[in-house]
Amino acid sequence: MNKFITVALSAFVAFTQVGFAWAENVAIVGGRVVTMGEAGVIENGTVIIERGRIAAVGADVTVPEGYRIIDATGKYVTPGLMNSATTIGLEEVSLEGSTVDHTINSGSPFSNNSQDAPFDAAFDVSYAYNPNATLVAVTRMEGVTRAMIVPNFGASIFGGNAALVDLSGNIDSLPVAGVAMTVGLGSSGGSHAGGSRAGAMSYLIRALAEAESLSRRGVRSLPTRERDSVVSQIDAEALIPVVKGERRLLAVVSRASDIVQTLRLLDRFSNIKLVIYGAEEGWMVANKLAAKNVPVIIDPQSNLPSTFDSLASTYHNASRLVRSGVKVAFVANGAGGPRLLPQSAGIAVAHGMAWGDAMAAITINPAEIFGINSRYGSLERGKEADVVVWDGDPLEVMSAPTAVFIKGQSIELTSRQTELRDRYLDLNPDMPFAYVK
Amino acid sequence: MNILRRHVYSAVSIAAITVGAFASSHGVAEDEPIVQRPYVEINQNPYPSTYAPLASHMVAIVNATVLDGVGAKIEGGIVVMDGGDIVAVGSDIELPEGIEIVDGTGKWVTPGIIDVHSHLGVYASPGTRAASDGNEATSPVTAEVWAEHSVWPQDPGFHRALAGGVTSMQILPGSANLIGGRGVTLKNVSSRTMQGMKFPDAPHGLKMACGENPKRVYGSKGGPSTLMGNVAGYREAWIGAQAYRDSWNEYRTAYAAGEDPTTPKQDLSLDTLVGVLDGEILIHNHCYRADQMAVMIDIAKEFDYKVTAFHHAIESYKIADILAENDVCSAVWADWGGFKMEAYDTIRENAAFVHKAGACAIIHSDSANDIQHLQHEAAKTTADAARVGINIPIEEAWLWLSHNPAKALGVDGQTGSLEVGKDADVVVWDGNPFSVYTKAIKVYVDGALMFDLNNDQLQPVSDFRLGQPGQGDVK
Repeated sequence: MNKFITVALSAFVAFTQVGFAWAENVAIVGGRVVTMGEAGVIENGTVIIERGRIAAVGADVTVPEGYRIIDATGKYVTPGLMNSATTIGLEEVSLEGSTVDHTINSGSPFSNNSQDAPFDAAFDVSYAYNPNATLVAVTRMEGVTRAMIVPNFGASIFGGNAALVDLSGNIDSLPVAGVAMTVGLGSSGGSHAGGSRAGAMSYLIRALAEAESLSRRGVRSLPTRERDSVVSQIDAEALIPVVKGERRLLAVVSRASDIVQTLRLLDRFSNIKLVIYGAEEGWMVANKLAAKNVPVIIDPQSNLPSTFDSLASTYHNASRLVRSGVKVAFVANGAGGPRLLPQSAGIAVAHGMAWGDAMAAITINPAEIFGINSRYGSLERGKEADVVVWDGDPLEVMSAPTAVFIKGQSIELTSRQTELRDRYLDLNPDMPFAYVK
Repeated sequence: MNILRRHVYSAVSIAAITVGAFASSHGVAEDEPIVQRPYVEINQNPYPSTYAPLASHMVAIVNATVLDGVGAKIEGGIVVMDGGDIVAVGSDIELPEGIEIVDGTGKWVTPGIIDVHSHLGVYASPGTRAASDGNEATSPVTAEVWAEHSVWPQDPGFHRALAGGVTSMQILPGSANLIGGRGVTLKNVSSRTMQGMKFPDAPHGLKMACGENPKRVYGSKGGPSTLMGNVAGYREAWIGAQAYRDSWNEYRTAYAAGEDPTTPKQDLSLDTLVGVLDGEILIHNHCYRADQMAVMIDIAKEFDYKVTAFHHAIESYKIADILAENDVCSAVWADWGGFKMEAYDTIRENAAFVHKAGACAIIHSDSANDIQHLQHEAAKTTADAARVGINIPIEEAWLWLSHNPAKALGVDGQTGSLEVGKDADVVVWDGNPFSVYTKAIKVYVDGALMFDLNNDQLQPVSDFRLGQPGQGDVK
């Protein structure tokens, strides 16, 4: 191979690895830098973004020549935020089925619909992610730069595989697949398992056991399955990484007793990396969660007894979990979507959570929970440069980003919503509105 | 006002009247005087409020930042409540001896928040099949149903909303139907009965719905299945109401003339619609799209009634001038949207655009969660608007949370602002309520302290929560 081509190729590879060819070199100076790393909060700090990564963070950092300088005096500088469970990019308009890809109706043992897919656990939402979904731009301009995209539940206790994605909107920002397997337990899980939560748990245990058995015998040596298998081959294969601890098990469960039952899975399947999602009654069994070192993902705004599974819901869930030593990450649900993330974190602070813990729940904690903390989650040298400059406290409802970087790429703070806004800012244009753009 | 008309079916006290003396002069058969059967009038208020404010004493909140709810911000302000009413607001008020003083240093005082769009009690927590009482989705026009007959006063959501500073709210039927039934305005007080929460003398609302919902629900159940079908459905309903009103008016006129007309058969659905035509019942119209709102305004003109408020009015910002011209309120969210096509064009500054055009903006919830922090939603909107040059200070934006919703509910004469003579529906906040960290620490309804963040004796617990894991956790 021609030497020149080799060099060019390796340069190209280097570029694609860091993310974007147009990532620029930037120095953000003068801000209150909330690193979420060991350096803590640095007043009047500098953050250097170089080739898509964070090159330096500190109070005494020299800005190299030629770097674009962003003056963050009086502003906050934080890592980009992360929503730990969302369907962003998996749907455009919830009620329009043709735009919705987060749910699969599967031919589980409890379903007979011929239009169903012949699998459930093997479903992987990463294939459906659309970086051009309008909500991606809406969300990232609010400082949310990463998301765990999760399936909703169809006809099975298994939702399928969740994936990690950055919200740069680049067409090649493909999700990192196979990060977690979602399973619904409790009342909603029971509705997909014969009508009882016990059915859901029994099915899960059996499915994991079959995956374990299949893994031992070797997937390649077909036929490998017992004749009375309840899980299809394809789904059992998808569960092998779960029992091996190579893929997290994201168990959606609310009631205290169901959380305890779910924790008991770890006695039987010791390699499983369990994450509890929902956990409205988590505070009641916080010590047990802490003892097993199982992190939880909660919506801090869940404080109503919405179902009999979540009678003990409270705004204090987050603070009580943290006090017991449980690692907590946040989601923002509801029609306002991931934009509500900092607001929800702020509500948790108003109800007893330390500000730093709340920030961690939307940055470094999800990074650690999903195993990407070497690349994302704090402003530390070497990490991908997801950096947000805020015009005030990022958890305050009146604050907003003035600059957003994702993997070093500067994000335009515009969206379909801002274009509509700008079109109708003046209600007396010279031409019809369709000409205002 | 006609709304206070309280004739009763069974009011036979209006005795049969003999009018023979007149009959002869009209040439009616002289030997057969007309005997009128008892006069019948429709009872407009068969489920009257039994709400009585709790006993309270004179209280002055002093040295607070006071938002009076109608545009003024008073630093070092004083609010005095007595007998359930606001009796003084200002910064220089001589206080009588012996009254309770609440130190407002560092605190903010506002009118209680009023949610014009809630389903508390009709879609209660927990969301059980048994308590799914918000949509009478059996026919596209169900003007005969009243949300108050679905309200479960033990919904724990009422208390969560109280902790969020909400002192009144309208409970509406859902939006499955073109015309979904009457809404009811409640004071956010604990009571064993719906009547014990009912806002005295508040007019009923009537829920109407534009757009996708009725089409979706009835498209395969006989229709309507299109937007044009929706509009035909509204118009037919109003035509029916006009005819019904005429028949009653003919009855009344003939009776007054001494004749003995046959009483028209009472029709619950048409009673409600006539209430709208008579201006006694206020239209609350779920409607997202600008073009559909414009059609609804024309329908109101066609049948000579008024749309009081469009709810979820996602696209009000596109026609804020038209809404101002027609004096229609827009009840909106700060940032919901995208969940269906008609909600696709949401923008964050909607309420601010409406306000700027001189129209009436309201922040509403439609949610048992968001009703707990409507002030955040208003705050987000003002912050976003300020970034495009629309500066609306908090004292003005508070109109969206109390006064404007009170106006849309027809109770702005009683509540919605801290003005002398108004109901003492008052919230004390532990800081600027537009901060995410601020909480309501005291909530007064008609001068009575109904919630105190620092006194668990004054944190209500519904029957449902007793003996449950969540009992008492209302903070």
